[in-house]
Amino acid sequence: MSATIQINGRAEAVTAATVAALLAERGIVPGARGVAVALNGAVLPSRRWAETPLSPGDAIEIVRPIQGG
Amino acid sequence: MQDDTLTIAGRTFRSRLFLGTAGYPNQQVMLDSLEASGTELATVAIRRISLDGYSESLVDVIADVLGGRVGLLPNTAGCLTAREAVLTAQLAREALGTDWVKLEVIGDRELLYPDVEELLRATEELVADGFTVLPYCNDDPVTCRKLADLGAAAVMPLGAFIGSGLGIRNPHAIETICARSPVPVVLDAGIGTASDAALAMELGCSAVLLNTAVSKARDPVRMAAAMRDAVSAGRSARLAGRMPKRAFAEPSSPQLGLIGT
Repeated sequence: MSATIQINGRAEAVTAATVAALLAERGIVPGARGVAVALNGAVLPSRRWAETPLSPGDAIEIVRPIQGG
Repeated sequence: MQDDTLTIAGRTFRSRLFLGTAGYPNQQVMLDSLEASGTELATVAIRRISLDGYSESLVDVIADVLGGRVGLLPNTAGCLTAREAVLTAQLAREALGTDWVKLEVIGDRELLYPDVEELLRATEELVADGFTVLPYCNDDPVTCRKLADLGAAAVMPLGAFIGSGLGIRNPHAIETICARSPVPVVLDAGIGTASDAALAMELGCSAVLLNTAVSKARDPVRMAAAMRDAVSAGRSARLAGRMPKRAFAEPSSPQLGLIGT
């Protein structure tokens, strides 16, 4: 079963049931240094990735620090 | 000058130079520049991760090479509203484990000039949320005062447009802000070369934040060292107290015993 969600502004069909599962598919494990996630406009702390289900229409932002001034 | 430290929100710095990490020819030059600058605080941006490939983390690179000597200061560059800036700051806190933020809320994408209304709103929200807020702001004593009153830990007025290298366009405004500010003043943006950084310190700034002047210099590492020296020299000159300016000449050699008199 797949759901369409927005990942970093791009609509994608995903099969992962939780935020943690989705991130694991992308090679990001909880506790990865420098990675942060927002779900539907609010920060989702990494300790809650595993327990947070994904629903159709969710918007997820996955960010990290890069070079900046 | 060993004891001349800077304290912002309880954190003490020996270096009064904060350095950006963007736009260097390559990563090694960036790391060497950070080292040469002597900085203890480097700015970073927060951006969407590339989902096409998981590359090396900037945080890891800086931590591995500079081993805790350089702290990271996340910015909210590119944010146009208080809402975007607040979420970006909260993501930065989650990502980096710091509640410090260089708050930028931009009102014009071409000029990169601050949007004062949104900046004040974001400052208020972030202070209430426990952040140590360092806002990038106009060289306007009233705005700086309002930001300090809202709880900003420092104010960071611009010397000139971001990335312009035009130097300090209104030194009198910066000097006035420094004279009146209840919080440290960090000159942010517009620095083009070492003399600009020295001037900022002579005008009374507590520190200087710059990026492009180093990253786009022909030899960034050498310029980073020049900035270190300029900030230090400007600070010393400020503490030493400059001589009064005069409209006419005043001989420095004694006027007695001139030959032929």
